[in-house]
Amino acid sequence: MKNLDHLRKVMRRDQVWEFMLPKATRHQLDTHKGPILYLEDVSVSFDGFKALNNLNLYINDGELRCIIGANGAGKTTMMDVITGKTRPDSGTVFYGQTIDLLRLSEPEIAELGIGRKFQKPTVFEFHSVFNNLELAMYMDKSLWPTLMARLSAEQRDRIDEVLQIVGLSEQRNQRAGSLSHGQKQWLEIGMLLMQSPRLLLVDEPVAGMTAQETERTAELLTSLAGSHSVVVVEHDMEFVRSIASTVTVLHEGSVLAEGSMAEVQSNPRVIEVYLGE
Amino acid sequence: MDKHSLLVRLFYNDRGGSLLLGLLGVAIVLVPLLNLVVPEGSALHLSTYTVTLLGKYLTYALLALALDLVWGYCGILSLGHGAFFALGGYAMGMYLMRQIGERGVYGNADLPDFMVFLNWQELPWYWLGFDMFWFAMLMVVLVPGILAFVFGWLAFRSRVTGVYLSIMTQALTFALMLAFFRNEMGFGGNNGLTDFKDILGFDLQSDATRAGLFVASALALALGYLLCRYIVDSKFGRVVVAIRDAESRARFIGYRVERFKLGVFVISAVLAGIAGALYVPQVGIINPGEFSPLNSIEMVIWVAVGGRGTLYGAVMGALIVNYGKTYLTGALPEVWLFALGALFVLVTLFLPRGIVGLLNRKRAEA
Repeated sequence: MKNLDHLRKVMRRDQVWEFMLPKATRHQLDTHKGPILYLEDVSVSFDGFKALNNLNLYINDGELRCIIGANGAGKTTMMDVITGKTRPDSGTVFYGQTIDLLRLSEPEIAELGIGRKFQKPTVFEFHSVFNNLELAMYMDKSLWPTLMARLSAEQRDRIDEVLQIVGLSEQRNQRAGSLSHGQKQWLEIGMLLMQSPRLLLVDEPVAGMTAQETERTAELLTSLAGSHSVVVVEHDMEFVRSIASTVTVLHEGSVLAEGSMAEVQSNPRVIEVYLGE
Repeated sequence: MDKHSLLVRLFYNDRGGSLLLGLLGVAIVLVPLLNLVVPEGSALHLSTYTVTLLGKYLTYALLALALDLVWGYCGILSLGHGAFFALGGYAMGMYLMRQIGERGVYGNADLPDFMVFLNWQELPWYWLGFDMFWFAMLMVVLVPGILAFVFGWLAFRSRVTGVYLSIMTQALTFALMLAFFRNEMGFGGNNGLTDFKDILGFDLQSDATRAGLFVASALALALGYLLCRYIVDSKFGRVVVAIRDAESRARFIGYRVERFKLGVFVISAVLAGIAGALYVPQVGIINPGEFSPLNSIEMVIWVAVGGRGTLYGAVMGALIVNYGKTYLTGALPEVWLFALGALFVLVTLFLPRGIVGLLNRKRAEA
């Protein structure tokens, strides 16, 4: 029976085979129904531990969404699933109406316009700030074009513009490894912007930042929302309060509550498991 | 700046590289001159033995360069680069064997001596075509390249990295060594390929041919250097370094990491193969010992001593260590291996960036 089911799946008459489908491009992104990202019934387990447990989450196009939750609630695993690093045991992940992310690799997903900032700032320490942004720039990233690549004037202007936005113009020729922790966070956000993404996944952007830097980060992220969809995972409740329109609380791998900050904070279940006894 | 040709950029930014190319240019003119024109009694005369020795060092330098490209820039510590070097060498050796023709001990025009000795009746299919120089040269490039492609494709796609990859490369060269030791393989077994007579019609024993091989090695090294410099100075090179330092970041900004690694690995293997092909006619023999894991580890030491991630450092390291080896194996044959081991330990402890790192530090202090 199992084989028969499998055969039926392979021989579906309403679809062509997977390998015959044209490669997804960012122009195919279809968000006319609202959401840009659909996670449905997603489960991931590691050695029996359920990191994600029937997670259902929708992110609207242009939305700024904060995700909070205790350690081990599944926040990072969720980002891993969206960006193709971890394959879920079950469930579906769609980017817009049509693009199935579970079939794509990390670089393919990045090419479609999903950018990710890691929890620990990860930049190319050996390269200058300018070259870090150059490497991240949205363009053909296959071998030969990369070997032959020369920066055009527009591309230079774009890099200068992003250097301005993240406030690193003065450090442009400095090695990224010599930047302060907060500056590295900013550089990584700059690298995300260079990819011209539609959806940004930002993992703890203000960890290790001063109050002033935190404030500027909040401004930047809110200014990006609208033209981009931004998903922020953060522990700093103060920061979340300052930027969020909608907050999702994760607990043990599924959504515990969703709503405005005020709603979430008054939700008795959230108070019980997250905010205290 | 971007409009400038490669050479202009090179001389502008890369002092070590310009110096290296300059010295190679001088050597190309001077070495044949001192060997062929200056009379034998003169103090300035360079013996053919020395010319051949220098030529051998240059092929080692090209090999070190290839290794530095994958290790220093891409972070892939290959402990099996000797395999690519030896395969290039065998391809050249097969051509040279076919050139012997009837002049072999058994006087068989078609079969190399060792096949006659093994009572083989005809040439195995994989020896066909090696009587043509162009075909042999094609194989010098293709055989290491294809092996690197298949090996790298499997390894990088499965995301094998770090020490596990090093062990696999070590296993690769060890397996090839065992295979080439077997007489049934048809590559001369234990003894390998030797007793070469001439190359492209030139007598391998003559001084002029030796000088010519030296010049060819120097040119190959110079061109190899320019190629590697072009690669590491391009955006491709920056991506490769980015992969070395933060592989997952590179992947999440959209680079297909395994393809870049594969590209660098294949280019490096081809360069190593070319080095091997130039090495064989100068030393006059290729045998399975070249595949030995120890050889491949020695190459890593050359690069580490010179300073990895600089290209010219690898060249310098190969020349210095091999000169030291020639000297020490002559002067103190028993302690040579201890000296090599001590060198590696000392470099790791005190010169993590090699001799180049030391020089840069001195210059920064001055």
